[in-house]
Amino acid sequence: MTIDIDQSLRQILADVLGLSAEQVAGFDGETGLFGHLPQLDSMSVAGLLTEMEDRLGFIIDDDEIDGEMLETYGALLAFARAKLG
Amino acid sequence: MIATWPCPASGGGEASEYAFVQDRARRFRVLVVPALFDEANRLRRLTVAAMRLLDRAGLDCFLPDLPGSNESLQVLEAQTLDDWRAAVAAAARHFRASHVLAVRGGVLACAGLGLPVLAYAPVGGASILRQMMRMRVLASREAGQEETTAGLLERGLAEGIELAGYRLSAAMVAGLQAAEPGPATVIAQGDIGGAGLWLRAEPGEDAAQAAALAARITAECGA
Repeated sequence: MTIDIDQSLRQILADVLGLSAEQVAGFDGETGLFGHLPQLDSMSVAGLLTEMEDRLGFIIDDDEIDGEMLETYGALLAFARAKLG
Repeated sequence: MIATWPCPASGGGEASEYAFVQDRARRFRVLVVPALFDEANRLRRLTVAAMRLLDRAGLDCFLPDLPGSNESLQVLEAQTLDDWRAAVAAAARHFRASHVLAVRGGVLACAGLGLPVLAYAPVGGASILRQMMRMRVLASREAGQEETTAGLLERGLAEGIELAGYRLSAAMVAGLQAAEPGPATVIAQGDIGGAGLWLRAEPGEDAAQAAALAARITAECGA
């Protein structure tokens, strides 16, 4: 199932940020997100988190949102996996 | 073209509101209820592109401003969800609509119209509020202030609140928090293909999505 979370998360990033399939397929654990992708600002972070909730089926509390989880693709994926843990 | 229509004003009386219309007095007349708040901006190009295609397919269509939104001179802070429902009902009567297309949260402003409603990617009011409150929590945090969605909702229900630049009355917050889409034929994003443009950080457009949406509406209307 871990493959599915990874694929879903890449698709969510593509959909919310308007990135190409090639670009999100090229993400690795170290790929920078917040502060690196110009499309990802604080407004779109809200949309990204809400879409993750809807598609992955969990609720993200206010105090779970921090800079670290959005720093890299690997950190965001680890967060999603931990939520579904 | 741009037309005006008489809209019931929240304090009584009437206000003149604008609508983008394509009216050739044809049989099928689709009232298009726009998405709410920021989603309206991100979906406006798709909405209007679909309307132009509907016009070519032989359907009249009408896109009114909800009071307090877009070009409206009414005060958003004075509006309730019931005011928006009354406005949509007035627009449906004025334009003699035969069908309604509600975009996203626009479906929440459609109640008791007695017309077939097509709902494109409908969403509940609580989800809309949650998204807007989250934007505010994140923006406040960047500014060094700690707010919570629970706290914002409580305050919004008590005294109204500004979310994502929109000043909402307490009654609007309460109305949205309780509002679920009513009976409608749902057009899901999966039927249209691609990702919903309301998700995008920046407003965009998509000719293929507009064509798929217009084709589905034309088919549902039986035109």
